[in-house]
Amino acid sequence: MNSVLNILMVGVGGQGIMMASDILALALMYSGYDVKKSEIHGMSQRGGSVFSHIRYGEKVYSPVISEGEADILFSTEEMETVRWLNYAGSESCIISTKTKINPAEVKEYPQGVEDELKKKCKNLVLVDHEALSREIGNIKFLNVALLGLLSTHIDVPVDSWEKAIEERVPAGSYEANWKAFITGKEYKTEES
Amino acid sequence: MGCTYKYKEVILNRLLLSGNEAIALGAFEAGVMVGTGYPGTPSTEILENLTTYPGLYTEWSVNEKVAFEVGIGSAISGARTLVTMKHVGLNVAADPLFTSSYVGVKAGLVIVNADDPEMHSSQNEQDNRNYAYAAKVPMLEPSDSQEAKEYTKKAFEISESYDTPVILRTTTRVSHSKSIVIPQALQARNKAAIGFERNLEKYVMIPAFARLRHIEVEKRMQRLKEDVNRFDINRIEINDTKLGIITAGICYTYVKEVFPKASVLKLGIVNPLPADLIREFCTKVDSVYVVEELDPYFEIRIKAMGIQIEGKKYIPITGELNPDIIRKSLRIAGYKSKKTLKEGLKTSLKLPPRPPLLCPGCPHRAVFTVFKKLGLTVTGDIGCYTLGVLPPFNAMDTCIEMGGGIGVAQGIEIAQGEKRHGKTVAVIGDSTFAHSGITGLLNAAYNKRSSLIVVLDNGTTAMTGMQPNPLSGERINGEETIKLDYKKLAHAVGIGEDNVRIVDAYKPEDIEEAIDSLLKSKALSLLVVKGLCVILKRRRKRA
Repeated sequence: MNSVLNILMVGVGGQGIMMASDILALALMYSGYDVKKSEIHGMSQRGGSVFSHIRYGEKVYSPVISEGEADILFSTEEMETVRWLNYAGSESCIISTKTKINPAEVKEYPQGVEDELKKKCKNLVLVDHEALSREIGNIKFLNVALLGLLSTHIDVPVDSWEKAIEERVPAGSYEANWKAFITGKEYKTEES
Repeated sequence: MGCTYKYKEVILNRLLLSGNEAIALGAFEAGVMVGTGYPGTPSTEILENLTTYPGLYTEWSVNEKVAFEVGIGSAISGARTLVTMKHVGLNVAADPLFTSSYVGVKAGLVIVNADDPEMHSSQNEQDNRNYAYAAKVPMLEPSDSQEAKEYTKKAFEISESYDTPVILRTTTRVSHSKSIVIPQALQARNKAAIGFERNLEKYVMIPAFARLRHIEVEKRMQRLKEDVNRFDINRIEINDTKLGIITAGICYTYVKEVFPKASVLKLGIVNPLPADLIREFCTKVDSVYVVEELDPYFEIRIKAMGIQIEGKKYIPITGELNPDIIRKSLRIAGYKSKKTLKEGLKTSLKLPPRPPLLCPGCPHRAVFTVFKKLGLTVTGDIGCYTLGVLPPFNAMDTCIEMGGGIGVAQGIEIAQGEKRHGKTVAVIGDSTFAHSGITGLLNAAYNKRSSLIVVLDNGTTAMTGMQPNPLSGERINGEETIKLDYKKLAHAVGIGEDNVRIVDAYKPEDIEEAIDSLLKSKALSLLVVKGLCVILKRRRKRA
């Protein structure tokens, strides 16, 4: 049976979801998987919700994940995690930072987001993004640090990650990004 | 977006490419020599990537019509040519499309047309497969990036073998999804000899010659109708014969996901359809469903062949499809997907939406605040600034198509007469103004209209990801070039010295004063609000 794993990455425009999902998809390809990645460019870049579907396995057809079918929901913004919860199932692993970003015209962040996550998600990994950013020394590399954390949940050899990060990050920033990746990989989360 | 890989690394590596990147690679492998187009989501990255390959010419044309015309010229002069645009761009280029079908090619001419089901970044979701049929040109449709590359090359071969332009149709999901592509070596650069040869009966479409060419077009399509039955891009996959599905493009991948056991006819060609192959498939399976996005394009043609099939009775005609929709639709038809799906987590938490907005610090923000304050009727256009319709501005009243706002403003003023005079402005971006706004300006001048046209000049084509245009002084490859002079242009159409103003986008008082005095002047006026796009500004600072 052809088994395909699904990772849905979500966040807000400008948080580096596109780069993170590119790195992940490349790392999967270098590990020998078939992989497809789907996202929508254009309007969504202007401060809107950003998402990227990644599917990998022996043979992948659809680039799009069905509702309930995401094995991992990876999010860089708390409200967005809740917004996309319907793509996760009861057994799915949910990795989310505690980052709170108000939509442009909203003054008050909705109440109870974190509680809702704790209530609904059995396998929840909540990340204190501030602490992690302090550890890596630069919030710019937080997306790659979070990939390091994600890497402990999937089967991808370390050299595939190295190659993917080197290929995708801006020239001259590989060392800093790799350091961030390792920091994320070794990061101890509250729940774990 | 820019280029995410370099051609040097291409050979013998597996690549993870978007459909658009794969099309550029396919064109390069096919030895393309000329690439033209106008930016438009989801097609833009094709030309941006093609530009990074060596030994070929590329340009952002002023609009799709010109891009197509340049393409006709280079193709009939022996250079393989790729022309790219989004679906609504083909409306602009429809005029050359229909007659280029008669004229044919010398070297291959491939038009990439990117449809946008669901209107992720478009004003309508027209199904451009209809254009291929109407213009009598072949159309191919890939389902992933590897096919996008292969079909691009196949399109060039068909173009030359059948002396016709060929359309490669993608949809947003194919254009912007990434999947694995195996690169190949560059083919011999050119099969046809370079050189334009005079051939009046073929290239000069006066009625006497065009009548003869129409006969050739029909002969060509007849020949193709026979041959497409043997094209390997159409494929019958026989599995369980209870359920047969005819599909193409991205929908093929959804069908394989939902019904892995079903028999499938995957069509790589949309026009002309392989009738024999379709009949053969339909005799092998018990019942046949057509799964296609948007119009019942295959369905009506297959039904017209007298074959009993169903499609839009179950499959939605609006929006994008996905595996979930196909699963639900065919369940109603009595076919249950074997796969048991997990249930998605539910939440009752109310979340505020996060819609796209004009960026913080966007130079266009102030002008919309002024429009709102003055209570003007604003005829808008296509670009980031269309977001001026949303809160907090709510300062746009119409948006139809590229360049449309200028003409619409004139119509509104004509219909309403004097009493609404000075209450309407047309607002348009710099790239859109160059694309098709200038003709509207000329029309206003010619017909003695007194409209106020406001050009929001942010120095780039921002919506589609920062492409240079005739008002930014730069070509596709960064080379310096002319910058259209607004004042001279205004002068050339007879706008007086006092009625053309250029103001700083970050000075709302100046904008308001200019709008107020230009409207009061009751004469045709051009106001240019200038401020560099913040994203571009940030990028330049970093570089």
